[in-house]
Amino acid sequence: MSPSAETVVDARGVRRVFDRAVLDGVDLQLKQGDFVALLGPSGTGKTTLLRILAGLDAADDGQVLVPRKRSVVFQEPRLIPARRVWRNVVLGSRNPRRDRKKAVTALTEVGLAAKSDAWPLTLSGGEAQRVALARALVTEPGLLLLDEPFAALDALTRIKMHDLVAELIQRHNPAVLLVTHDVDEAILLSDRILILADGSIDVDVAVDFEKPRRRSDPRFIELRTHLLERLGVS
Amino acid sequence: MTTSELVPPPVKKAGPALESLTARGRQGRLRNVTRTWRGRVLRIAVPVGLIVLWQLSSVLGWADEFTLPPPSRIIAAYQELWANGDIQAALPISLKRAGTGLAIGVSLGLVLGLFAGLWKIGEEIFDAPLQMLRTIPFIAVVPLFITWFGIGETPKLVLIAAATIFPMYLNTYHGVRGVDKKLIESGQTFGLRGWRLAARVILPTALPAALTGLRYAAGVSLLALVLAEQINAREGIGYLVNNANQNQRPDIVIAGILIYALLGIVVDVLMRVAEHFALPWRPRVAIG
Repeated sequence: MSPSAETVVDARGVRRVFDRAVLDGVDLQLKQGDFVALLGPSGTGKTTLLRILAGLDAADDGQVLVPRKRSVVFQEPRLIPARRVWRNVVLGSRNPRRDRKKAVTALTEVGLAAKSDAWPLTLSGGEAQRVALARALVTEPGLLLLDEPFAALDALTRIKMHDLVAELIQRHNPAVLLVTHDVDEAILLSDRILILADGSIDVDVAVDFEKPRRRSDPRFIELRTHLLERLGVS
Repeated sequence: MTTSELVPPPVKKAGPALESLTARGRQGRLRNVTRTWRGRVLRIAVPVGLIVLWQLSSVLGWADEFTLPPPSRIIAAYQELWANGDIQAALPISLKRAGTGLAIGVSLGLVLGLFAGLWKIGEEIFDAPLQMLRTIPFIAVVPLFITWFGIGETPKLVLIAAATIFPMYLNTYHGVRGVDKKLIESGQTFGLRGWRLAARVILPTALPAALTGLRYAAGVSLLALVLAEQINAREGIGYLVNNANQNQRPDIVIAGILIYALLGIVVDVLMRVAEHFALPWRPRVAIG
């Protein structure tokens, strides 16, 4: 099977060994516009896989094909405190001053145009995470990697962020890999859910009912029960 | 009675289970105000009291004026030094010495610190020798410097430079190495490598540490200045002090020492102001 034209991520037989094989032959294909959530208990290699796709870590074995333009939103905003907000947004730019307008546009999308000149340490946790999101989208990436980006937010901010992320991803249409251990979040946002267990992808289910999804929907409840069972919770 | 009974467990004399916590009340608030004012008054009153005591010691004849000249004599000494033009001549020379030595030491420390911080090879070459040299007290090398560089201006500058390299090097190196790895990763994620990664992520984040190094170095430069000016100085504050010592003028000696102290305060305040303007992103950088 060769990757078709619209395939943006093609990972095959990915292995990564620390004291044990955390990833032991993972296969993952993503097309443009796919929104895939990766679930799994702590220590199952979710973040390791994400870091390999980001290019922050190298696989020991296997082949990985990813878009050159890719970005990551981490659990922490990871803004540079010594750079103003708009400078953080165009952090990777070859010519930040020229791209200032782009930065402000991206900040407008996350509702933070007014904070363009602020210092990161003056932002709230939710605001900082929105800046991180603007920074991730400003380059129009082919692949957006989200490493538990909502985990550190308070419950109310998290709900708002879910909506914002869903809306922005629809507009920019990158392939998305969301690493999370929140089953509800995965069902709310993604089109396909994977569970990583014992070094390989154990469960691969499509979430095929329409968005926006409600937690009270019987299909939602059924899928959640199924996933929690596979995660060994219920 | 010989019948044995079950002994009940000793009951601790229990107080009431509930305790009433008193509100601060009017009196308590008043006490807080009194405490604040007590603090303010004592902070000023104690130093002033000590100076008055010092003055009294000579008025009442507790201390010999030659051993410990009173504050009034020291003020008179300043007037004398000013009228002769001695201070105006000495101060710029001492400041220039400290400044030149500091500039040399700080530049070297900064370059070495950046080199060792940013490049593994730099660390491998420079860190071990600098860490070894750092343990030598710079006071101990004075005789050696006199043998090597004579008694002119050179050994003084070399001494000040040598003393200031280390605080600058150590703080810069640790500042660069201490940049959160997560921030570096986030830069790498957005395609920053090499020089751009250093300029946009590492150096600005390491700047506070480098400025701390600069502040320490500035303080050390004054220490080294005092020492350097003991080496046969022919001009400068140290010369004034040594000369006064030989002429048995303890008032001028104390006046000179106080000038050194004042320089220390001025340098520290200047450094804090510089930090305030160089690090606008840090919340609440206090001045003074």
